[in-house]
Amino acid sequence: MERFDVAVVGGGPAGLAAAIEAKKNGAESVCVIERDKELGGILQQCIHNGFGLQIFKEDLTGPEYAERFITELKEQNITCKLDTMVLSIDKDRNLDIVNTYDGYMRIKVKAIVLAMGCRERTREAINIPGTRPSGVFTAGTAQRFLNIEGYLVGKKIMMLGTGDIGLIMARRLTLEGAEVKAVLARKGYPGGLMRNVAQCLYDYNIPLMLRHTIVKVAGKDRVEGVLVAKTDEKSRPIPGTEELYECDTLLLSVGLIPENELSKEAGIEIDPATGGPVVNESMETSVGGIFACGNVVHVHNLVDYVTEESRRAGKSAAQFVAKELAADGTTISTESGAGIKYIVPQRIRPANIRERLDLYMRVTGIFKDSKLIVKSGNEVIKSIKKKQMTPGEMERIRIPLNILENLNADVLSVHVERNNT
Amino acid sequence: MHVYSINLLAIVYKAPYYRAYRKDLNLMYDAAVIGAGIIGTSVARELSKYPLKTALIEKGSDVAVGTTKANSGIIHAGYDAEPGTNKAKFNALGNPMFDKLCSDLDVTFKRTGSLVIAFNSRDMETVRELYKRGLKNGIPEMHILDDREVKEIEPNLNNSIVGALYASTAGIIDPWELAIALAENAAENGVELLFNHKVTAIEKLKGSFIIRTPETSFESRYIVNCAGLYADEINNMVASPFFKITPRRGQYFVLDKNTGKLVNTVVFQCPGKTSKGVLLTSSVHGNLLIGPDSQVLADRENVETTADRLKFVRETASKTCDNIPFNTTIKTFAGLRATPDTGDFIIAESKDAPGFINAAGIESPGLSSAPAIAEYVVELLKERAGHFKAKKNFNPVRRKAVKFMKLSFDEKVKLVQKDPAYGRIICRCENITEGEIIAAIRRKAGATTLNGVKRRVRPGMGRCQGGFCGPRVMEILARELGMDMKDIVKEEKESYILTGRTKGEQIYRGK
Repeated sequence: MERFDVAVVGGGPAGLAAAIEAKKNGAESVCVIERDKELGGILQQCIHNGFGLQIFKEDLTGPEYAERFITELKEQNITCKLDTMVLSIDKDRNLDIVNTYDGYMRIKVKAIVLAMGCRERTREAINIPGTRPSGVFTAGTAQRFLNIEGYLVGKKIMMLGTGDIGLIMARRLTLEGAEVKAVLARKGYPGGLMRNVAQCLYDYNIPLMLRHTIVKVAGKDRVEGVLVAKTDEKSRPIPGTEELYECDTLLLSVGLIPENELSKEAGIEIDPATGGPVVNESMETSVGGIFACGNVVHVHNLVDYVTEESRRAGKSAAQFVAKELAADGTTISTESGAGIKYIVPQRIRPANIRERLDLYMRVTGIFKDSKLIVKSGNEVIKSIKKKQMTPGEMERIRIPLNILENLNADVLSVHVERNNT
Repeated sequence: MHVYSINLLAIVYKAPYYRAYRKDLNLMYDAAVIGAGIIGTSVARELSKYPLKTALIEKGSDVAVGTTKANSGIIHAGYDAEPGTNKAKFNALGNPMFDKLCSDLDVTFKRTGSLVIAFNSRDMETVRELYKRGLKNGIPEMHILDDREVKEIEPNLNNSIVGALYASTAGIIDPWELAIALAENAAENGVELLFNHKVTAIEKLKGSFIIRTPETSFESRYIVNCAGLYADEINNMVASPFFKITPRRGQYFVLDKNTGKLVNTVVFQCPGKTSKGVLLTSSVHGNLLIGPDSQVLADRENVETTADRLKFVRETASKTCDNIPFNTTIKTFAGLRATPDTGDFIIAESKDAPGFINAAGIESPGLSSAPAIAEYVVELLKERAGHFKAKKNFNPVRRKAVKFMKLSFDEKVKLVQKDPAYGRIICRCENITEGEIIAAIRRKAGATTLNGVKRRVRPGMGRCQGGFCGPRVMEILARELGMDMKDIVKEEKESYILTGRTKGEQIYRGK
C-alpha cells in the first residue's frame, strides 16, 4: 500500500497551493490526485486575463497563473497522479483511487486536503420547463468546448444568469462570431464581478436585462427559442410579460455548487449556507486530519483568495502531520448576522492563529454606504465602512491576533449596518 | 430457410407494376416490427426465437426513444384493470414473467411491492374495490392494510393515511434498460435493427407488404405494428381506420440518488378516472421518482414540461408525504401515453390486412404486459403462418455488462489490470468508467448518441446532468464511431451539439 504524509484531492488552484505549502512546511511526501489529464483545473479553460492581481501583482491568464504553481510543484518534488479519480475517503484517511496506469488501489495518508472545487447548477436544478433539446449548456461546459476542445456551441445565444464564467463567455462567444442576443439576470443586479459586467457586456454592446428570467425552452431537437418573462421583487416571473426570443443556444450561468460527495461520504459536517464543509481557522473539517480549501468550501470569485485560503490548508495539514496543530483549547464560532449569507471559517481556535484571522463572507443583497460590524457577544470589536457591497463580491475582514485572544464571548458575529443618512 | 420464397416469386411475376419497385427493394423479411419501444423490442426478441428473418424498424435514432423512455418504470401487480380486458389479462400474465426475463437479460428488477393508500372511507371503498378486482384478475398476494400496518411498511408517509391495498408482486424496473437489453438480445439472435427509418407508407400485396421509408423500402411477409403514439397512423396505411390514439401527457420529478430510501414500495394514491394517480417510488438506481399527472393533448410530440403541472404533481404528492426533498431535484420530464379510444389494448390481426398485426394502444400497464403481449403476438403469427418451429440455437441470455462500482475491491483491481479503460472515470456523479462507455457503444444495439450512452450506462443522469462528462463522452463516441465530435448528436438527427470549429482551431488546422 502506498503511503503519503498528505494527499491532496484535486489539482486545480486550491490543490496546487495546498500541496506546495504542505511540502514547504515539512510534510515529507505529498501526493496530488487529479482527475483530468493535466494539472490546473478550471484555470486551464480560463484563457482570459485578470488572474493574480493580488498574489503576483500581475495580470495573468488562467493557464499562466496555473503554470506558476505547476512549476513550483515540480520543483518541490511532489507526486502527481493525473487522470486519477478518488472514489472514496474514510475517516481513517484511506483513499480508494483508480487510474489506467496504477490500476485500482487504496492509499493511506496522515492528512487529506480536499480541493475538489465546485460544479455548475444546471437547467434542471433551477427548473426551467419546456422541451429537452440540445443546445442548453452551462457556461463552464461551453467554455471547455471552446477553449479546450476548439468547438463552437451555437450561433444565436441567449444567456440566463450573470455569474462570472457566464459574463466571460458572453464576450468569448461574441469574439468567435456568435450573436449574444441578451444576458438575463433574475434579480435587480448582476451576480458576478462589476468589472466583468463592464468589460464583457458593456464593452461589446451586449444587452443586460435585469429582472428577467426564462420560463420555457422551445425546440424539438435543438433549441429554437426561449420564453422570457419579467420578474417581480422576489425574482418570480410575472405572468403576462412573456416574450419569445429566437435562438439556437441557451447558456446558463446560474450558480456554482461545492462538490462534496466525497466529503459527505467521509462523514464531514456540511454548512447548508455554503454547501461546503464546516471548517476552522486551519481549514480543518469536522473530521480531524481532513482539511478543505477553495471552491469545495465556498464558491470564490477570485483565484487569489483561493490560493491564500489553500496555502493555509496546506500548511495546517503539514502541522497536523507533525502533530503541531492544537486540537483543543478555546473554540469560537462565527455567526452570520443580518445581511450576511455565510462566514468562513465557521469555527476558530485562537491557539492556532499566529498573526491574524481572515474572515471571508458574502452579503445577501446590495448595500450602499453601509458598515460591516464585527461583534463578540455584545461588544463591537470592528466596524468597517463600505461604499458598496454586492452578493457577487466576497468580503474579507482581517482580525488581528491580539483582539482574538482577548474576546469575552465564544461567538463572533458579523452583520451589515445600513446607513440611514 | 424461407418457406415462402416460391410464393413470393410468383407474386413478383404476377404483379408487373411491382417490378418497377424492385431496384429500391433491397431487403426482404419474414416479419417486420415497426417501432422499437418496449413492445416492439419485446416482440422482436420473441420472434428471434424462431427461424425467421426479422427486422425491427424504428424512426428514432435508438431503442426506447418514445414513451418507453419517459414513464414510471413500474411492473404493476395487476389489480387496476377491469376484469376481462386485455389490460387485465396481459398484466396478470406479464408480471410473473419478469424474474426470468430480467435474469436472462441482466436487467435490474426489484419486486418492491406496491401500496394504494387511502385518506378516508371513500378511498377505502376504492381500495376494497381494487382488491376485489385483483381477485377476479387472478392477482396473488394482496392484502388490505390498516393505518398501523401501512406505517410499518412506510414509516415516512403522512399520518393522514387510514389504510391501503398492498400487493407484494409489484416491482420497479428501468424501462429503457429493459428495451435496450431486449433489442440487443434480439440482434444477437439475428434480428436486424434499422434506426432512423420512418415508415411513410405500406402497400399490401398478395401475401406480403411493402414498407416504405424515405431512405429505402422493405418487403415483409408479416408486419407487427408497435408504433406507440403513431400506431393508428401505421394501421391506417394498410387497413381501414378503427381506432384513434390520443397522447396523454404525464410529468415527473426525479430526485438525486439515495432519496429513494424515503419509501420502500411503490406508493400510489387512489386512482382517478384516467390514471393510477400520482405515485412515489424509488427508481432501481435509488432516485426518488414522483409523478405523473394526466393531461390529454393534441400534439404527439409535445413532451414539454410545464410549471403549473409540475406544481400540481408536487402538491398532490405532498398529500402522500410532506417530507419529499424537492430541493434535490435533478430532473423533471414529461412522457406521453398512447391512449386508444377503444379503452383497451388492441392486440389482433387486422381484419382487412391478413398478416398485419396490431399491438396498439399500449398505455399503462403496457410495460408490465410487454412480455405476455409479445408471446401472444407470436401466437397470432403462428395462427396465420400455420408453421414455424422454435430455433435450436436461440440464446436467451445476454452477456452481462460490467458495472464497475458494483464490483468488489479485488474484482476492480483485476478488471483494471486486464483492461485499463476501466481505470478511467468519465462520469463523476455516477462513477462510470470509460470501459463501460466503450462497451455500451460496441455492443449490439449499441449507443450512437449522447443520450444513447446515457440510457445505457448513465453518464449524464446524475446531478451535473452531463456538464462534466458530456464533452468526454462525445470524444469517446467520436473515436469509437470514427466520426468528428461535431457530428455527434444528443438524440435525433437534428439535435446537433456543436456548430463548428473555433477561429483558433481553424488557423491551427490550416482551414
